[in-house]
Amino acid sequence: MENVYLTIVLAPLLGAIIAGFFGGRIGRRGAHSVTIAGVGLSTALSLLVLARFIWGDLPVYNEAVYTWMVSDGIRFEVGFLVDRLTALMMATVTFVSLMVHLYTIGYMADDEHNWPHGALTGKNSYQRFFSYISLFTFSMLMLVMSNNFMQLFFGWEAVGLVSYLLIGFWSTRETAIFANMKAFLVNRVGDFGFILGIAAVGMYFNSMDYAEVFAAAPAHAETQVALFGGVSLMTLICILLFIGAMGKSAQVPLHVWLPDSMEGPTPISALIHAATMVTAGVFMVARMSPLFEMSETALSFILIIGATTALFMGLIGLVQNDIKRVVAYSTLSQLGYMVTALGASAYAAGMFHLMTHAFFKALLFLAAGSVIIAMHHKQDIREMGGLRRYMPITWITALIGSLALIGFPAFSGFFSKDAIIEAVGHSTLYGSGYASLLLTIGVFVTALYSFRMYFLVFHGTPRMDEHTRHHLHETPWVVTVPLVLLAIPSVVLGWLVIEPLLVTNWFATGDWNPIVVAHDHDTLHTLREHWHGQWAFVLHGMTMPPFFLAMGGLALAAVVWWFTFAKNPKIDDQLQAMGGPVTKVLQAKYGFDDFNQKVFAGGSRMLGRALWLGGDRAIIDDGVVNGSAHRVAALAQRARHLQTGYLYHYAIAMIVGLVGLLTFFVVL
Amino acid sequence: MYEFPLLTLVIWLPIIGGIVVLASGDRATDISKWIALGFAILTFAISLGLWTGFDAGIGQMQFVERAPWIPTFNVEYYLGVDGISMPLIILTTFITIFVIIAGWEVITYKPSHYMAAFLIMEGVMVGVFSALDAILFYVFWEAMLIPMFIIIGVWGGPNRVYATIKFFLYTFFGSVFMLVALIYMYFQADSFSILDFHDLELGMTAQILIFVAFLLAFAVKVPMFPVHTWLPDAHVEAPTGGSVILAAIMLKIGGYGFLRFSMPITPDASASLAWLIIALSLIAVVYIGFVALVQQDMKKLIAYSSIAHMGFVTLGFFIVFTIIRNPEVAGGAVMGIEGGMVQMISHGFISGALFLCVGVLYDRVHSREIADYGGVINTMPWFGAFVVFFAMANAGLPGTSGFVGEFMVILATFRADFWWAFLAATTLILAAAFTLWMVKRVIFGEVKNAKVAGLQDLDRRETLNLGVLAAAVLVLGIWPAPLMEVMHASVENLVAHVGECKLPASEAADCVLAVPASVAGLTGQP
Repeated sequence: MENVYLTIVLAPLLGAIIAGFFGGRIGRRGAHSVTIAGVGLSTALSLLVLARFIWGDLPVYNEAVYTWMVSDGIRFEVGFLVDRLTALMMATVTFVSLMVHLYTIGYMADDEHNWPHGALTGKNSYQRFFSYISLFTFSMLMLVMSNNFMQLFFGWEAVGLVSYLLIGFWSTRETAIFANMKAFLVNRVGDFGFILGIAAVGMYFNSMDYAEVFAAAPAHAETQVALFGGVSLMTLICILLFIGAMGKSAQVPLHVWLPDSMEGPTPISALIHAATMVTAGVFMVARMSPLFEMSETALSFILIIGATTALFMGLIGLVQNDIKRVVAYSTLSQLGYMVTALGASAYAAGMFHLMTHAFFKALLFLAAGSVIIAMHHKQDIREMGGLRRYMPITWITALIGSLALIGFPAFSGFFSKDAIIEAVGHSTLYGSGYASLLLTIGVFVTALYSFRMYFLVFHGTPRMDEHTRHHLHETPWVVTVPLVLLAIPSVVLGWLVIEPLLVTNWFATGDWNPIVVAHDHDTLHTLREHWHGQWAFVLHGMTMPPFFLAMGGLALAAVVWWFTFAKNPKIDDQLQAMGGPVTKVLQAKYGFDDFNQKVFAGGSRMLGRALWLGGDRAIIDDGVVNGSAHRVAALAQRARHLQTGYLYHYAIAMIVGLVGLLTFFVVL
Repeated sequence: MYEFPLLTLVIWLPIIGGIVVLASGDRATDISKWIALGFAILTFAISLGLWTGFDAGIGQMQFVERAPWIPTFNVEYYLGVDGISMPLIILTTFITIFVIIAGWEVITYKPSHYMAAFLIMEGVMVGVFSALDAILFYVFWEAMLIPMFIIIGVWGGPNRVYATIKFFLYTFFGSVFMLVALIYMYFQADSFSILDFHDLELGMTAQILIFVAFLLAFAVKVPMFPVHTWLPDAHVEAPTGGSVILAAIMLKIGGYGFLRFSMPITPDASASLAWLIIALSLIAVVYIGFVALVQQDMKKLIAYSSIAHMGFVTLGFFIVFTIIRNPEVAGGAVMGIEGGMVQMISHGFISGALFLCVGVLYDRVHSREIADYGGVINTMPWFGAFVVFFAMANAGLPGTSGFVGEFMVILATFRADFWWAFLAATTLILAAAFTLWMVKRVIFGEVKNAKVAGLQDLDRRETLNLGVLAAAVLVLGIWPAPLMEVMHASVENLVAHVGECKLPASEAADCVLAVPASVAGLTGQP
């Protein structure tokens, strides 16, 4: 199987290299053909692997491809661990990536208009874009297929690099190149914790290999580290690793980069900043479940961070007017749901939501992109309205995506979100009550902002200018086909996979169980024990508070932004004015950006200048180095006066000296 | 192969080449350049024999050449390499080629002298890395200053006199004390052989004094805080080639010195003063990281970035003493030293490439100020791609060589102390911040002014230069194993050596390091 796995990883890389280096020569057609062929091959093989895990008896693969290096007895290898958890991720990543590749043909078709006249960067930008998204697919596959911490970190940073390149793709835009640097640096703050976590693993396990570390972990259950007055080793490792996840999966307070990342072209917002890369943190924690299960402190920490992100980021979504930013805040909120699930030890539910979210959120982003194309790159939802008449496919698919997002019964998001809320409700860890409450309120908020956007964009009377309205039409098939292909799983996926993922623990292959849950953390047990099929689950869900909250949010959104808005288009502004200080706080995004900008960015520059001018210049150079040079020179100036060349000066000096010496001896 | 004086050839071939180039003069300029390039490539090709003929299984010196030089004082012409010096020699011969190519069309004033200076410099630096006799080492060490002094003083910028004097005095100041220490040890060992010095039994006071003398010499070269301020000045005034050699190789001589002299000769003093070196290294990472952030001159920024990265080298070396003294920690010492070594090699590629990149811009616009640029990628897309690549390598992105050393040193430092590793790991944020902020202001954005609008992208010569270095950065990042393998035996040898107490029997009670079995028997120590 090694060759199959290598092909899955390397085919997109090869496509990226060809499109990137020879883009000018092979032209646009060549570039998108070669990258789509590469990713298409990857997708086909990944689906095949998944199918053989489902219907066949494919064994778990855990082998090194080559030895990166050996130092001090630790082998650093590059290798693959492909079990069912990996296979699921591979299929999700490659499928969404393939859809985004197809979609990009349409979205980037007239990209030359996005560049200033004469800029050479605009010349092959189309080919370069394809090269980057294929490179991203390679990096993400390296991340999810890794069998060791070193390669995990490679993939982790490599996806960060591609994200940097793609957010700043339109490199002449100041906002874009600010956003990409911000994204990279904030992610680096997370990676700072991540690498220390890896170093802790290296120190106590003397290995980078997952299987070896997991096998040795129980022996370290009681190990204490003399830090912060004594902390358990597992808590230290897990919290450090999770700080990495907070960066990549944009959890409060490291979430600040994700909304800004919307400066990049929409296809990558769908692929990287919604469906795949940002879920790497969730995947990582699920993969490390044997470690995380050993630290309740870390799990509580995760619960609280995740739930805080889930509700408070959703609230910001209510006051956003940029179509992409609404979806971005929704992504932050949904990532919070997944992370909270991890904190409740419901790793399977977190992975389940990751998967359903990947499809419906990619769908929502691509639908938003479709709207943006039709609107000639205007993104303000206040200037849209009535688009359903002009773009029926985009409209229906966006509606499906929104229903899946709010957890409308039987849509995919319904299953995964209900499973998470139920699991968190059963958690007994510190912070689980808080998490449970926030997630439940979050359901209402989600429905409200989702359908605010939906009604403002697709219903009511058109509010765009006459020129734009005149040119409104459905986007080409390369755009709508991916929408349809993503809409299908957004409806049916939850129904299909809830039973294997949550009930029968499909993840386990033989005696290899990637998702380990300690007995008293098993928050999904009620769901399993009372499982009577999907229908029963749906019907039961429809008697629970989250259902009523979601429907309430949907109804309220319809009343306000559909019915009332038709009569009083100022209702949105009036509501925001009514919010008063609350609206201000939300519009300021709780002040995170201002704080970071002033304290961290400004503070670092101030500190740097102080150290440079005060330390290097004033003390070291002027004080010591040039200072001593000057002092030598000054001393020489003075000493020069002693050597006047007059004999009587010397004679007097001699006599004074002689007298002085004599006195000295006599007195002694 | 062992009979053949390969090291002598690698040292003297470029020096002879330099003389030939000088003799060829500037009347027909291209001839001298081609001769210089020929000698540089030939030297590199020959030096590869050191790699292919190297036996990675043994930690002892190889390719040894030994002949009396000044018999009265027991001074010898004594050369040899191990897994620590051999990669550095190849780095030297490799980088010199690019320096020659980089100066091809840019240097118009006496190009033959310029090329000759670099060739002579190359031979002398190889001499420093391969000398096993202390006096021979010292001669090469000091001789190295002369070509560099000339390179900065003749082809340098407007403030070159201040920079050369500062550079010369700083380094000379450090090395005088080293000479005293070497002579002292000669009287102890009755030999100038560095390997004999390694076996000397020295009291604690003598060790401390010798250690401090070496520290002054090596710390200036590395350079370590607070004796680093000559480096930004020297870089700013040096021509591109001078900066490349300075950053890529000369700084490594300081790091090499710690491994060849300080640590094995005075392990007990090193162990008791390791805290100082570690503290200075961490200051280099954090303090210099902040200083680099606010630089307005690209060369100064990269110079400060070099200091921060070299902090990782000295950190990796000196945490060894904490690790081997802690019985609860199994392993990590070898990783620290190897990490520091890889960091040196990698920094040679990356900083060299970054200085070449600045040179590319300087040749066109004649400014190093960040504020004079903006949106360069619009007119120079290939150049922009290279800069982003090397910037990412400078920020330690996995897959590039910049990651390998940093990763290993952080992993090893964690075994020594959590908070040291914590401070060291801040480089993930700081290095990314100062590098990418520069990239943002210089490369990205809208075309800032008419000069940027008129820029021409890389020519073939520049593309070749940067392309080969990029390949080196990538190969070392994707597969560092071959480099690690040649180092293992020598580094393990070194770690075993520095782990043994060197104090005489009378002071054996003060040993914090392991007491060697032979001594333990004599003194009755357990």
